[in-house]
Amino acid sequence: MDLWNAIVIGFKEIWSHKFRSILTMLGIILGVSSLVAMSALVKGMENGMKEALVAIGGLEKVRVEQQDIPLYQRHLEDQAIGSTIHDVYALQRSAPLIKLVTPEMRVMPGGGWGGGGTLITHGIKSVRDRVQLVGTWPSAIEMNQHVIEHGRMFNEVDDDNAWNVCVIGTGIRDQLFGSPEEVGHEIIPLGDYINVNNQPFRIIGMFQRYESEQDRKLRELERDMPKVTQTGPERRRGWGGSGRGGPNSWVYSWKNATIYIPLNTMWIKFRSGGYGSNSIPDPRLSSLYVKVADIDLLEPALQQAKNVMMHTHKGIEDFAFQTQENWSESITTSIRNARMSGGFISAISLLVGGIGIMNIMLASITERIREIGIRKAIGATFADVFVQILIESLVIAVLGGFAGIAASYGLVHLLTVMSPTENTPVITVDSLVLAFIFSGFVGILAGLFPAFKAARLDPIQALRYE
Amino acid sequence: MSLVELRNVSKIYHLGGEEIRALDDVSLDIEGGEFISIIGPSGSGKSTLMHILGCLDSPTRGTIQLDGTMIHNASTKELAGIRNRKIGFVFQFFNLLPKLTVLQNVELPMVYSGISSGDRKTRAMEALKMVDLENRSKHRPMQLSGGQQQRVAIARALVNSPKIVFADEPTGNLDSHTGEAILELFRRLSQEGRTIALVTHDPEIAAVTPRRIEIRDGKIAKQVDAKLAGLDRKIPETAPAN
Repeated sequence: MDLWNAIVIGFKEIWSHKFRSILTMLGIILGVSSLVAMSALVKGMENGMKEALVAIGGLEKVRVEQQDIPLYQRHLEDQAIGSTIHDVYALQRSAPLIKLVTPEMRVMPGGGWGGGGTLITHGIKSVRDRVQLVGTWPSAIEMNQHVIEHGRMFNEVDDDNAWNVCVIGTGIRDQLFGSPEEVGHEIIPLGDYINVNNQPFRIIGMFQRYESEQDRKLRELERDMPKVTQTGPERRRGWGGSGRGGPNSWVYSWKNATIYIPLNTMWIKFRSGGYGSNSIPDPRLSSLYVKVADIDLLEPALQQAKNVMMHTHKGIEDFAFQTQENWSESITTSIRNARMSGGFISAISLLVGGIGIMNIMLASITERIREIGIRKAIGATFADVFVQILIESLVIAVLGGFAGIAASYGLVHLLTVMSPTENTPVITVDSLVLAFIFSGFVGILAGLFPAFKAARLDPIQALRYE
Repeated sequence: MSLVELRNVSKIYHLGGEEIRALDDVSLDIEGGEFISIIGPSGSGKSTLMHILGCLDSPTRGTIQLDGTMIHNASTKELAGIRNRKIGFVFQFFNLLPKLTVLQNVELPMVYSGISSGDRKTRAMEALKMVDLENRSKHRPMQLSGGQQQRVAIARALVNSPKIVFADEPTGNLDSHTGEAILELFRRLSQEGRTIALVTHDPEIAAVTPRRIEIRDGKIAKQVDAKLAGLDRKIPETAPAN
């Protein structure tokens, strides 16, 4: 008997017991849809976890920072000049595994994370802390995954002339000009001047607002809902602790508090003061960032960068690399755990569906003992009957698999409606294929025993069966 | 060489330590083109004999040759192939598959012999024509009368051009008028050169066939060959019942 015939018979059997078949399929439908929905949820979770990592530049971005000279090289301390723009040029020339090199210079050497001592004012408003005032190259946009929403980034001309221009993040705008939530409309301060440590800078560009998907959804939800009026005296509620954004929200507020100015502007305008008026400004970079071309070649790329820099640093190892590998690995681990537990539960429900199929197939062959007897009497072999029953079981499972895939879209939609501020579940093709293959596998597994039982029937006994 | 040769065939069952000889040392020849009946009361062993002749069962002892093949020790798969190509069955309760149409029922044996669906249709229609039911091909078995159903079953038995057709009480579930028509059909088929074996408990039905083999207690009790004895019975002409 050919396969096509067996499939047609399978469909006919299902069609002649519609209600029973649908009930049987329900187990597979639930199993498949829960598997797909579970994997979509985990995928959404993964996207949420990764977006902060991507926002600070991704795994490919590696920071080269200063480091104390190792003990055995202490006698060479006066020869250690730190990282300079020459390192950047050398890396660009000699390290092909490095895609992009961007220098960064901050106000005071070793000024720390906050760029200490920075004061930015506009009118009577000022920002002192949590400002990322950085002198850099235009390529910082690509390096740090910035997006200019208004105006432009400064270019080589601005840098060569060391002009007082800046590009700001929305966090700076919010504090100096007012946030859209407070003002009621969005202020775009292009062309306005702000004072950076008492020097006027013209704003030529502004980044987009960086926020996590959950924050954006929450904000959009709040915009549509009436504002909850605060009770008690009017007060600010502070930066942190607003209960949003999750553990990585610092990435976004940090990124929104950026002010970029040209590297030369930083060097000439802010670096010359501290060391006497006659000396040339301190040429040392606060740090430099490299982006590797291929994440799979992270280690060779870093080795290459190290070799180049050991050369420019005359063999003195006063620098170190800082990657995000730990962060990335912790994401991978937690996603794997979530996927494991979700997959386990879905697999059990699919298995239960399979037991349902087996049960129905056993009932079905008992009903059809006479039919099987007739088929065997007129020449059906063991294999013919075996394949026929197996195909019927497979057809139920595959139909259930299709229906389950359709149902999973509904289920995911339902989950999205139920928790609108969570990360959007993402249905992946992989999970669809996996769920489908798994349902087929369960169908075959569930059909094996009934098929064996049916195929082994003695035709004489089967024909006598009433 | 005869079409079927049974030599010293025994079938022994064990029921709770007791040995039951359903067939006891039976030897029998059937020639090609013969029209025979196997008669005997229930429990005589005639069904067992038919099952063994029909390759549904294997003997405990003895040898069987069918159309040049030794079948007494064939595997179940080989037996299925022989049933499919060389043997046709007609049962008392018709045993048609109720979910299939008449045409599909007749096609069924060819499904298992791997004949293409186009050929299956033409041959099935030819077989239905032989039993005058070509205009019922789209019906379900339940929409037909008992006599018509039995004729569909006969068409199914004939469709693979078997060497021998076994009919197990083919009239047992029909009224006598329809039963006569079915017997007449068998006679016609026999005259066309087919080998047919009727299995029945009714001597009146057995009387239709020239050669009669009477089974009693698992042994051949009596063989009558009307052709040799010159006692050929004339069946009254009857119109096929619908």
